[in-house]
Amino acid sequence: MSARYFGAAVTRLEDARLLAGKGQYVDDIELPGMLHAAFVRASFAHGRIRSIDTSDALAMPGVAAIYTMADFEDIAHGPMPPMAPHPLLKTPITYHPLANTEVRHVGEAIAIVLADSRAKAEDAAAAVVLDIEYLPAVSDATLACDANSPRAHSQHTSNIAATMKAGFGDTAAVFAKADHVLTEHFDIHRGGCHSMECRGVVAHIDLLTGALTISTSSQSPYMVRRHLAGYLKRDENDIRVMTPDVGGGFGPKANVYAEEFAVALAVIKCRRPVKWIEDRQEHFVATTQQRGQTWTLDVAFDNDGRMHAIRGRCIHDNGAYAPYGLILPATALASFPGPYALEALDLSLDVVLTNLVPTSPVRGACRPNVAFLLERLADRIARHLGIDRQEVRRRSFVRADQMPYSTGMKARDGSPISYDSGDYVGALNLVLDEIDAANFPARRNEAKQRGKLRGLGIASCVEDTGLGPFEGASVRVTPAGKVVIASGASSQGQGHRTAFAQIAADVLGVELEDVTIETADTAKFPLGISTIASRIAVTAGSSVQLAAHKVRAKAIAFASHQLEVDEHDLELAGGAVHVKGIPDMKIKLSEIARTLSGNTGMPMPGDMEPDLAATAYFNSNALTFAYGANACEVEVDPDTGDIRVVRYVVVHDCGRMINPMIVDGQIRGGVVHGIGNALFERMIHDEEGQPLTTTYGDYLLPMASEMPRIEIHHMETPSPRNPIGVKGAGEGGTIPAAACVISAVEDALGPNGPFIALHPISPQQVVTWLDRN
Amino acid sequence: MKASPFQYHRPQTREELGALLTRLDNAKILAGGQSLMPMMNLRVIAPDHLIDINRIPELAGIRETAAGIEIGAMTRQTDVLSSETVRSRLPLLARALEHVGHIQTRARGTIGGSCCHLDPSAEQPAVSAAFDAEFIVSGPNGRHVIPASAWFEGLLQSALGEQEYLEALRFKPWANGHGYGFAEYARRHGDFAVAGGIALLEGDRDGRITRAALLSFGVESSPRRLTEAEGALLGQHVDNLDIEPVIEAARSLEAMEDAHVTAGYRRHLAGVLIGRALKEACATLERQS
Ligand SMILES: Cc1cc2nc3c(=O)[nH]c(=O)nc-3n(C[C@H](O)[C@H](O)[C@H](O)COP(=O)(O)OP(=O)(O)OC[C@H]3O[C@@H](n4cnc5c(N)ncnc54)[C@H](O)[C@@H]3O)c2cc1C
Repeated sequence: MSARYFGAAVTRLEDARLLAGKGQYVDDIELPGMLHAAFVRASFAHGRIRSIDTSDALAMPGVAAIYTMADFEDIAHGPMPPMAPHPLLKTPITYHPLANTEVRHVGEAIAIVLADSRAKAEDAAAAVVLDIEYLPAVSDATLACDANSPRAHSQHTSNIAATMKAGFGDTAAVFAKADHVLTEHFDIHRGGCHSMECRGVVAHIDLLTGALTISTSSQSPYMVRRHLAGYLKRDENDIRVMTPDVGGGFGPKANVYAEEFAVALAVIKCRRPVKWIEDRQEHFVATTQQRGQTWTLDVAFDNDGRMHAIRGRCIHDNGAYAPYGLILPATALASFPGPYALEALDLSLDVVLTNLVPTSPVRGACRPNVAFLLERLADRIARHLGIDRQEVRRRSFVRADQMPYSTGMKARDGSPISYDSGDYVGALNLVLDEIDAANFPARRNEAKQRGKLRGLGIASCVEDTGLGPFEGASVRVTPAGKVVIASGASSQGQGHRTAFAQIAADVLGVELEDVTIETADTAKFPLGISTIASRIAVTAGSSVQLAAHKVRAKAIAFASHQLEVDEHDLELAGGAVHVKGIPDMKIKLSEIARTLSGNTGMPMPGDMEPDLAATAYFNSNALTFAYGANACEVEVDPDTGDIRVVRYVVVHDCGRMINPMIVDGQIRGGVVHGIGNALFERMIHDEEGQPLTTTYGDYLLPMASEMPRIEIHHMETPSPRNPIGVKGAGEGGTIPAAACVISAVEDALGPNGPFIALHPISPQQVVTWLDRN
Repeated sequence: MKASPFQYHRPQTREELGALLTRLDNAKILAGGQSLMPMMNLRVIAPDHLIDINRIPELAGIRETAAGIEIGAMTRQTDVLSSETVRSRLPLLARALEHVGHIQTRARGTIGGSCCHLDPSAEQPAVSAAFDAEFIVSGPNGRHVIPASAWFEGLLQSALGEQEYLEALRFKPWANGHGYGFAEYARRHGDFAVAGGIALLEGDRDGRITRAALLSFGVESSPRRLTEAEGALLGQHVDNLDIEPVIEAARSLEAMEDAHVTAGYRRHLAGVLIGRALKEACATLERQS
């Protein structure tokens, strides 16, 4: 079997369609008699609903129905099921599909209005009259920890929903004998997500099967099915969930949302198809956000700059609900100790409820926060000791000869976490070479002539990828000789079709164009988890490989029987099984598939099982660890405080690459996300929990015009933990990027400048810092 | 994010436009729609009538007359930017327009729309104020001219009457070879500026300043001429200008603050940017020999 496609930067099979505007997104779905939904949403952060008066709104033109939670009483009731129950969360903290009595953040959905157009639904939503008893709100997680703070949920006795712990080793002992101990306080801003396509749902009842049929812009169609079935007390088979083309996910779309439930309930109630398309204003107040945290950390290190132990505490701003349980804060703890070989670690994290939009994993989840903490600490140690930043890292990183390396941490199932493979120091050395760090002083001087302060930043990371348990795949050859892959792994634009096709085409000896893919339809494949956590290449990619091998074996067995040739003398190429060295002695896959589809009254040849097809589930039992080292250069205008990233170099290792072009795209986009975190994106709320930045004029996303050229270099250390040697690549660009940019800005501001322990930073802040020098 | 219901009108002539404005209550004129449509979709405003003036050809175009260069209100920003007349006679305006939004928004957005909308950071009204441009306005009482000094009534508020519309702007170009400078700071390409500064200079043969206009925008609720500082420049030599008082004048304005930016930082920027604009004006001022 030759690797014609695996590892090749083939252009994406998806793109001709998507770039020509032929994508089919949720909003492209039109159904006869379809109603359009708009939600009445809270304009206040905390309050109790005394009454809802819909009478004026119902009388408005084009309005078909308006429902509140009370109207669904005969179908279902109570809060939504938690997606990821956690023993520390005694009672789940989830939304009701529509708020029942207490409303806990601006934007929470209170009623759903159905009309014959979205505009009319919005007109009517504005006419719904709410009688609200306003309650005090808390919008700052640190203040929320105070015993006298208002409660985000009025029935709770504390805003601290859970206290999570992690660590290993004898921290006290290591600190006691350390040469140096430093304490730093970090403040990491929450930020939003902002996939290009907002969320959206179209639901109807299929008249033929009676199934509640839902198309949703989601990363988790199977979770929507599972939890909706549980909530409605239906069989999963009575619910079909599809994700058509999805215009970006990045994490928030992995949640099962109140709006998905509310639309489904409305459809059951009104018996007509309903479409809801989230607009950008709603997205700012109803789609989960990133990862606001404050940390206080002590670090113990020796005179050489070797890091020995870390201890500390985190306040995690969870927002008003925990739809995804404690997954997000858990990723913070699980991301320690990064690339550092520590002797001891002792962490405590308070999950704090606030009257803000809930947070959940967004590209990297809390891994970027932890990369920021660790990399900032490394720079801090270097500064303290007056040694090179690189040296602290070289002396503290896990070495290549220590692989596989048990970090001391435990996985969710209690098993020890062990890094599978990699060379973290090697990656750092390579990135410093590529950016030409040795000649940086000359570039700094040249910038100074132009009145600019130039700085060099570095940051590394390790990223757990390939989260279990599985994504399955089936591979089938049609009687026309085409290969169809079905999988539960939904795509949000990552290029799954191309990557899966590359894997299967090599195994089956067919052309790339002969492979198509069916995903994201619960009716087409029985099981699925979610497209999250950089896991699809590892899980589904491996399953495609395994299933394709089963199909290959079956084709060979068939040919061996027909041609009366030993199986070992057969191979697949050109869409056929042929005798090695005699390409003309062959049977086409199409012929095998046609025969195995059966002929009336004829026995199956060799008594083989019908259908040239197979299904496989690769159980991803151990994480695979990708890693990277980044370096960048910034220029600061000391007069305006403007910061420009002028160079950005990535060295990344995600094991074997199925398609380097797709990997590069993931990394490049990821870096841009991180630059946004470092310099631009700021979701500002006032003390009452009112969001102040809910348009793209106020909430600054990074734009192409501000981005540097991002150079990417790869190392390829295959993972021993899956059949195709891959590690995930979806988040590795983001994880160290904010840390890298901030490191560069700090370097630009010079030895008298501040230690920067927060992001995003603003030009205004830079001017203040320089003023203080 | 859908606008509330409104009635759409599309006059073909100025007379029809005048009649509609007189007849309709709570009406809004639609020019390029780059400011108006977002406000309507966000339901910040809810006009009952929308009067689309895109089909009235007389409202667009750039002409040189004895009284100055007239730019029709409906002239697209992109056409102003690429106009030879503007580039050679009003280079400051072209220079400023490069900072207005993006190619896409300039292809729709109009100079008149910007000057009626009056965002405090908008470049076109700021340039108009620096030039003491004249705003040619039509209404039930016929056509009249409002000087720039009377046009800016406050935040997003022009001197335009309820039933009036802006027909054109008239700029009187400065002497050939005049100096011009423009500096603004925006977080990203095409964003509204956090603050900005403009300088225009004329000089005599010896390089002494004979005429000056200095302006800060995005700092107060309307563009602000630094009149005293302008006066102080007169008679100074261009190679040896005392820039500090100009910077100080901009730094002592009553700056706005918002969710992102303090008044102090905005004042600081106002100083930096007027300084840069003035230096650029000195550099572009051609010596008459
Ligand atoms: C992404 C983006 C970035 C932008 N960046 C900038 C920027 O950096 N700098 C900047 O200055 N602007 C910027 N803008 C705004 C843009 O320049 C608008 O085009 C301008 O503000 C309004 O012009 P318009 O022709 O689109 O007017 P409209 O949006 O159609 O109208 C604006 C207002 O003026 C009124 N009006 C329009 N024409 C007349 C008339 N002839 N008589 C009477 N009233 C009239 C309208 O009724 C309305 O109240 C940006 C816009 C966008 C969408």
